[in-house]
Amino acid sequence: MTGVTAEVSSLVALLAVIVVAVARPKGWSEAWFAVPLAVALLVTGAVSTSSAWSETRRLLPVVGFLALILAMAQLCDREGLFAAVGGHVARVSGDRPHRLLLGVFVTASVTTAVLSLDATVVLLTPVVFATAARLGTRPSPHVHACSHLANTASLLLPVSNLTNLLAFAVCGLSFARFTGLMALPWLVAIAVEYVVLRRFFRADLAAGARPAAQPHDVPLPRYALVVLAATLVGFAVASSLSLDPAWAALLGVLALAVRALGRRRTTVREVVVSANPGFLAFVLALGVIVKGVLDHGLSQVLARVVPGGTSWPALLAVAGIAALLANLVNNLPAVLALLPIVTPIGAGAVLAVLVGVNVGPNLTYVGSLATLLWRRVVHRHEHEVSLAGFTRLGLLTVPAGLVAATTALWAMLQVTGG
Amino acid sequence: MKVVIWLTEGTWPACVGAARWVPADADVELLFVVDDDIAAAASGAHAGLMGRGTHGDPGGQVAALSAVAADELLASAAQALGRPAARTRRHGRVEHEVVEASAGADLLVCARDGERSRLGPHSLGPATRFVVDHAPCQVLLVWPGPPPGIESMQHPPHPPHHR
Repeated sequence: MTGVTAEVSSLVALLAVIVVAVARPKGWSEAWFAVPLAVALLVTGAVSTSSAWSETRRLLPVVGFLALILAMAQLCDREGLFAAVGGHVARVSGDRPHRLLLGVFVTASVTTAVLSLDATVVLLTPVVFATAARLGTRPSPHVHACSHLANTASLLLPVSNLTNLLAFAVCGLSFARFTGLMALPWLVAIAVEYVVLRRFFRADLAAGARPAAQPHDVPLPRYALVVLAATLVGFAVASSLSLDPAWAALLGVLALAVRALGRRRTTVREVVVSANPGFLAFVLALGVIVKGVLDHGLSQVLARVVPGGTSWPALLAVAGIAALLANLVNNLPAVLALLPIVTPIGAGAVLAVLVGVNVGPNLTYVGSLATLLWRRVVHRHEHEVSLAGFTRLGLLTVPAGLVAATTALWAMLQVTGG
Repeated sequence: MKVVIWLTEGTWPACVGAARWVPADADVELLFVVDDDIAAAASGAHAGLMGRGTHGDPGGQVAALSAVAADELLASAAQALGRPAARTRRHGRVEHEVVEASAGADLLVCARDGERSRLGPHSLGPATRFVVDHAPCQVLLVWPGPPPGIESMQHPPHPPHHR
């Protein structure tokens, strides 16, 4: 197969996978479409077997680590962690919506950082809504805070986002060093969200609250919290001993799963399903397809666009390009395409890509323009969301968050000599 | 006479309290509108997670919780009202639904919802602003708490400019 044909067929496969991932046929895993397409590229020779194998071997540990984090979040939910945190935040907030917003910010930021953005979107958001409803306050600011922080607050740890795990595998930083460099950008990006959301929803927050009843005291599940804390320490220790931090995640999952299974709070099937095997296969297939697109031309194009060096303007440009790409086609293909280009530049550039692909998706409320267009086409006869409001909120938070977080990253690199 | 009382979280008791100015023979309808944008925001965040399938989308759960919370609020309001009233739960774009629901009514009761410590501007949120501007009937706008005294107006208005 010639280079041009290989590039075109890889691009067609990538576009097909993105279309399917955006359309989300009900009851089907995206992997059912992505895996055969990746295999087709292999069979036709558009991607060489050795190239695909090396990419799969590189991605397998990343995907395994992600599976463990997803399972850990589900097990924490089964231990009652999110419900207990909701009750705790309700008690502290009382009838003050501003205080509830602060509580939601802390909870959503920590949940996203430690248990990944999936936990905040899937497990925490309904709890936050229920908490706001129980306090008789308008839920809009708090639910929007969860949706935004699932992206913005996923900058801190390698485990906070799949994009981070992919970058962590190539950037050569230890777990502690990654976290140390990203702590300030994480805080700054969250602060931007807080200032904007507080102002954007000021009328809703000023409307007050009418607690329906005294919030009942749900005790925090101590065992789950201790396991989580120990796992976090385990990440740093394992990484400093040059061991894969995924081993710490495995121990954490085992500690939670054995107890939950013993108490019949979960089943083996539920633990396996919560690790989302279909998604993991999808990521591997997507990796192979993107590799095909990169090898036959895209990597030269991107290398010409992406500036070298880790000066402040260069980092801003890298974060901007990453955010743009993420907004066009979603941040997963974007980060897979950009990482091979920026890795030789250095860890600073890799982390700038993460700022772009993690903060950027809030520009549209559905993560990318492709998804937004699809939803507009499909839902045109239903009640339409106020796209203007969502877009205004995205425009207020994302550019400011990108610049602030990238500047903080640049400052951290200067201070620590990165 | 038909009166629609639009209830929102936080300020609804004031609207129910304002019913004392409504004639005893008026038909009263308590209205709550579930904001579809909230479930859409939850669902949109899940749509942004590529490759996770349709499983776990919190939008449906949030929509179901919204309906329950709305019914509970309507029930509390009906109890506080202490007179017969119809209860209506709608969903969609809040401001549009309220304006549509007040078509055919003689009076719409709603509450101010801005900062209470700072009296203005922005005394109305975007939805209430739209409703006040577009309501197809008379509007009674009430304070969510005790109205401020006259002393709250610290700076008297400037005299009109003369050319």
